[in-house]
Amino acid sequence: MQHRPLILKLLSAFLVFGAWEIAGRVPVSYAFPTFFESMEALLRLTLDGTMFKAYAETLKPLVTGVAISAVLGIGLGLWIGLSARFDWLFSPIFIVMQAAPLAALIPLLVMAYGIGLTSKVFVVCIMAMPVIVLNTSSAVRNTPVSLKEMGRSFLANDRDILLKIVIPAASPVIFSGLRLGISAGFIGAILAELKITPTGVGDIISYSRSIADYPSMYAAIFSIILLAVLFLNLLERFENHLFEGNNRGYVSD
Amino acid sequence: MSQIKAPLGAVPVSSRESAVSVRNVSKNYGSVEALKNLSLEFPRGELTSLLGPSGCGKTTLLKIIAGLLSADTGDIEVNGKRVTGPGSDRAFVFQDFALLPWASVIRNVAFGLELRGVAKSEREAIAERYIGNVGLSGFEKAYPHELSGGMRQRVGLARALAVDSQVLLLDEPFSAVDEQNRRKFQEDLLELVRHENKTFIFVTHSIEEAVYVSDQIAILLPRPSRVSEIIRPTSFRNKDVENIRRDPEYLDIVDEIWASLRTYTE
Repeated sequence: MQHRPLILKLLSAFLVFGAWEIAGRVPVSYAFPTFFESMEALLRLTLDGTMFKAYAETLKPLVTGVAISAVLGIGLGLWIGLSARFDWLFSPIFIVMQAAPLAALIPLLVMAYGIGLTSKVFVVCIMAMPVIVLNTSSAVRNTPVSLKEMGRSFLANDRDILLKIVIPAASPVIFSGLRLGISAGFIGAILAELKITPTGVGDIISYSRSIADYPSMYAAIFSIILLAVLFLNLLERFENHLFEGNNRGYVSD
Repeated sequence: MSQIKAPLGAVPVSSRESAVSVRNVSKNYGSVEALKNLSLEFPRGELTSLLGPSGCGKTTLLKIIAGLLSADTGDIEVNGKRVTGPGSDRAFVFQDFALLPWASVIRNVAFGLELRGVAKSEREAIAERYIGNVGLSGFEKAYPHELSGGMRQRVGLARALAVDSQVLLLDEPFSAVDEQNRRKFQEDLLELVRHENKTFIFVTHSIEEAVYVSDQIAILLPRPSRVSEIIRPTSFRNKDVENIRRDPEYLDIVDEIWASLRTYTE
């Protein structure tokens, strides 16, 4: 297994944050705080508990939506990949869903499901699910024929072929779909909080923008990116744990 | 059209006991005739090669014997039992190895046993033995992408041996292996045929390889595929592996096969 050297990771972080600090000091815009100001705000918001309260709100639609998208998305993707008829029936829905301008659909969702948790979960799902479904189904369709033949010649039944050959063979693409889908879900969660009702992290972002407390606003944005990266790392660990031999090196370590 | 001859006073084919019989098998892909009314006997305990130019249907025939494809007409019998699908009496070695990339060598070798429901400790003990037999001891925990092409095919071979089938079907097993490993492999295969007491059916497009390893060579001609000739080398089969390639009969047979196949090259 390959690892990026620690020094490279630190260097890359240093370059990005350094550029941020410089851009903030120039300043690029009055509304763009420096890196240190933002980190200070992050520390402050964390220590006074605001951040934790905000995440308790934001994580509700995020976790629910991502969990539904992952389970339902992989399930539907497997089914679509295995059955041509089901593919014909359901693929177009997800292709349209992926292409749809979500912000324009939000008023419709609000009309149908109100301004509560349901609408927000929907937004997360609409963002996260299509890429998970489409990746899973194409991965399943592209299972190497010789692996399936190998299974059959060694007397595998259909269940063995699905569980021991098709799913593990598709797992790298399924997991890359999960990574993309979950990142999109994070975007969806924040989008929902900005567009439907300001709660959680979305509330910190829109409130601090309205009072021109830009460091707090960037602190909130930074925290959600950080959380997404940490979560994706965790997901990759889980993938490596399940299918170690598939691992040819880093994706996001 | 088809002539069957037994060169240099070989024992007539009919007196040998067949492990696998192919009778009047035809197979069409749409309007393309892949196999037409093909019959062939595979003697027990021997290695029979299917040799022919590409597109002659040799792999199709092998997959029909394996039960992976079904014949349109005709019968396949393995040890007197009619083939209707894959069975425990046959094991397949694939041209592209068909190893599970996410599974270690030992799990790959034990995979056939795993599918048959053999308990983990038992199947790993068996797998370990065959990993040793093919010369891969110490690589049990390695993953396929860490192995060379030759070593990967040794894993494929060990997997087929581990299920202890009577008939081994090898589909151009050495074509993706480099030349040095290929030669070593061919020598090992001769050892295997001598000691394992199994029936080997070996598809290849290499004339030298077929003559080197085979007890019987079936030459298939294409479009539609039929058996044009069956050759049984006699004099060098029991000699040392080092001397086979210098044997006059070996050279004669290679020349003779080339003479009959050269008209089919593009």
